[in-house]
Amino acid sequence: MTVPTPTPAPVAPVTTHPAAAVVARGVGKTFRTRSGEVVALEGVDLTVAAGEFVSLIGPSGCGKSTLLRLVADLDEPTSGELTVFGKPPRVAREGQDYGIAFQQAGLLPWRTVRANVELPLELHGVGRRQRAARATELLEMVGLGDFAGHLPGQLSGGMQQRVAIARSLAERPSLLLMDEPFGALDEMTRERMQTELVRICAESGAAVLFVTHSIPEAVFLSHRVVVMSARPGRISQVVPISLAATASRTDGTREDSAFFADVTAVREALHGGATAARGVDLR
Amino acid sequence: MTAAAVRRWLAPVVLGALALLGWQLFVQVSGVKPYLLPAPTAIWTQLVTVWPLVWRSALATGTNVLVGLLLGALAAVGAALLAARSRVVDALMSPTAAALAVMPIVALAPALNTMFGTTTTTPRRLIVAVVVFAPVFVNTLRGLRQVLPVHRDLLRAYAATPGQLARTVTVPGALPYLFTGLRIASSTGVIAAIVAEYFGGLQNGLGSRITAAASSSAYARAWAFVVGAIALGLVFYLVTLAAEQAVARRQGAP
Amino acid sequence: MTGGRYRALRATAYGIAALLLFCLVWELVKAVVPAAGVHVLGASVLPRTDDHAMPHVWDVVARMGRSETSARGADSVLVAMGKAGWFTLRVALAGWLVGVVAGMALAVLMARRRLAEAAVLPWVVLSQTVPLIALAPLVVGWGGRIHLGAFEWQRWMSVAAIASYLAFFPVAVGALRGLQSPTPAQTDLFRAQAAGWWRTLVSLRLPASVPYVVPALRLGAATAVVGAIVAEVSTGAPGGIGRLIISYAQSASGDPGKPWAAIVAAAALGLVAAGLVGLVGLLLRRYRYAEVSS
Repeated sequence: MTVPTPTPAPVAPVTTHPAAAVVARGVGKTFRTRSGEVVALEGVDLTVAAGEFVSLIGPSGCGKSTLLRLVADLDEPTSGELTVFGKPPRVAREGQDYGIAFQQAGLLPWRTVRANVELPLELHGVGRRQRAARATELLEMVGLGDFAGHLPGQLSGGMQQRVAIARSLAERPSLLLMDEPFGALDEMTRERMQTELVRICAESGAAVLFVTHSIPEAVFLSHRVVVMSARPGRISQVVPISLAATASRTDGTREDSAFFADVTAVREALHGGATAARGVDLR
Repeated sequence: MTAAAVRRWLAPVVLGALALLGWQLFVQVSGVKPYLLPAPTAIWTQLVTVWPLVWRSALATGTNVLVGLLLGALAAVGAALLAARSRVVDALMSPTAAALAVMPIVALAPALNTMFGTTTTTPRRLIVAVVVFAPVFVNTLRGLRQVLPVHRDLLRAYAATPGQLARTVTVPGALPYLFTGLRIASSTGVIAAIVAEYFGGLQNGLGSRITAAASSSAYARAWAFVVGAIALGLVFYLVTLAAEQAVARRQGAP
Repeated sequence: MTGGRYRALRATAYGIAALLLFCLVWELVKAVVPAAGVHVLGASVLPRTDDHAMPHVWDVVARMGRSETSARGADSVLVAMGKAGWFTLRVALAGWLVGVVAGMALAVLMARRRLAEAAVLPWVVLSQTVPLIALAPLVVGWGGRIHLGAFEWQRWMSVAAIASYLAFFPVAVGALRGLQSPTPAQTDLFRAQAAGWWRTLVSLRLPASVPYVVPALRLGAATAVVGAIVAEVSTGAPGGIGRLIISYAQSASGDPGKPWAAIVAAAALGLVAAGLVGLVGLLLRRYRYAEVSS
């Protein structure tokens, strides 16, 4: 199966230009709990360029999901500045600038697969015929064209997650926020989904902010991997991925030596996270 | 049929038949007096004789249950919707529902008879409504609260209005719970409707017939009306159970 | 613990507030609705609101303080309520205890023998859905008519018998569900340790059943109280709340506060019975990590 891949392609653009998908400047989030204040996130600086795929990786409690939720305006930062396409997150949310998918597929069990994909369109007043056409198109894209009339309960976990991804793409967002969307899937389904996601993203040209626990997953999907450390959650290192352009990555890429080199790089960044974080402290 | 299926159906049927047979034999052999226990055959004979009356009485009581059930469920759903929205309403309603659930509501019967008059069915329907309120309220509220965090996040991400959230997620999600509440309430409602008749008032229902027959020492006839009451309870149970399962299936439950 | 106590206090405070609100609505209805009530198409939709049908709340409270009858040395209504409540509570409690013991025993039998479960459970479930209480006027006919040697069937025993069979069914169903609630991992663990069936019952199944049994006990207590009151009404057995309701209702025209006093007593009885079950739950709180109600 090993397919020789071309030499490492140039890394995707990381410069900040006016239409950057996400810009975070000194973003922090403190949760008030019964046992006192918990600093979930502190001093996060991050820019995701338009069309760029960025993964957030780190141990539990490093605030990677929190950061994603702040971008999605599901929570509000306690400090710092955050913009999505140059707008405050709330405006971006209300303007439907992003699509979102979670670890749980979160399908409504009483709606058919098709009606689930149509949900965001329906909520935003898209006409019936347009909705149906878009849903058909999306279900074909994720390979579930034959299951449009099924209820989510009749689908496997991987299929449900594909429906959720189709739903997140319904409004052709230029930013996708994904919170461990493959976290609950078995390894084989997971790899297939990753390959599909790479293809889908290349087709749609959307920027992606992707939260994951898995090093190979982050490497396979991303232009850049943002490694985070816990207590308090902060960015410890950003690892650029030197693999081929994301669109040309295939299953064979997983057996490529460049792939292993990047996996090693991310793993070292993760394990040296404590030192790196201290380094940031001293800055 | 598999062995498991045979056991599932055969065992209870055999037990029921044996119990009936044992009852019949016991009455015949021991010569126990009918005021203690009439024989099943005697009850059956009476049931056939007074069948039109049983049917009419069951209809009268059944109407009371139905009207009370609808009234009580309507009030309970309204209260649950309010309680899901307002913390104060919830704090006021939830202990009230819990208290209502353990109180003997039928004790209201004589006072309601005074308030509404003994020539009307309103007191009985009201009692059913009050009895029905607590289980429907508690279950519906539980359903309305059952919104998964992921669905809440999703709808927020879609910038959905509160009305859209209710229409697409909260209310459809609460529907199976509402029907579970109705199924539980229908049984207690039938019981309340029959027992309310023991406290006087109109003499047209099953409960009134049972007491009337018992007080004139027509025990087998009283048992025949009890059979009618059991059948009425079963009808309400089976109908609400079927509705509950139909809703659950429509909602994609396995 | 303190958090739980605070929550309980708050719930009680709000419960009292709800009661006051109800009284307010009562007085409002009394003030607004015409005295003869409202009839629509011959059906009475709003009650008569004169002082006979709907006495003022304060009149009812005041009536409780005065003596029951004009006879010299008669108890006050409040004392009569207390005595009747105590009487019915004891009878209901006796019936409830019998029902609980029998229900638990049947549940253990059904958990032990699958055939027993297959044969009996459908009937137990079915019996919960039908108005078995309809039998009350028939069971009460046994009073004073059964003699077994020196044993004579008393009227209060009929009342307790009805209370017990009403408590029996929910307890049997709840306990069986609880006994069957341990996960395969838990039962496998006991099996791997070569624990016998009884050992598993005592150390695993019974503790695991508590979250299911406590709500069933509460439901059983509520139905036992209703059963006892209805049985008292049917027999006319003296001394209890059921009798109080009937006799006070008969004096409604001349003494409108009395029927409501009887209702208050019945409601209080239900609350006290539930409170007693709550005490049982408190003793078992270690096992009630999660309560499961049907």
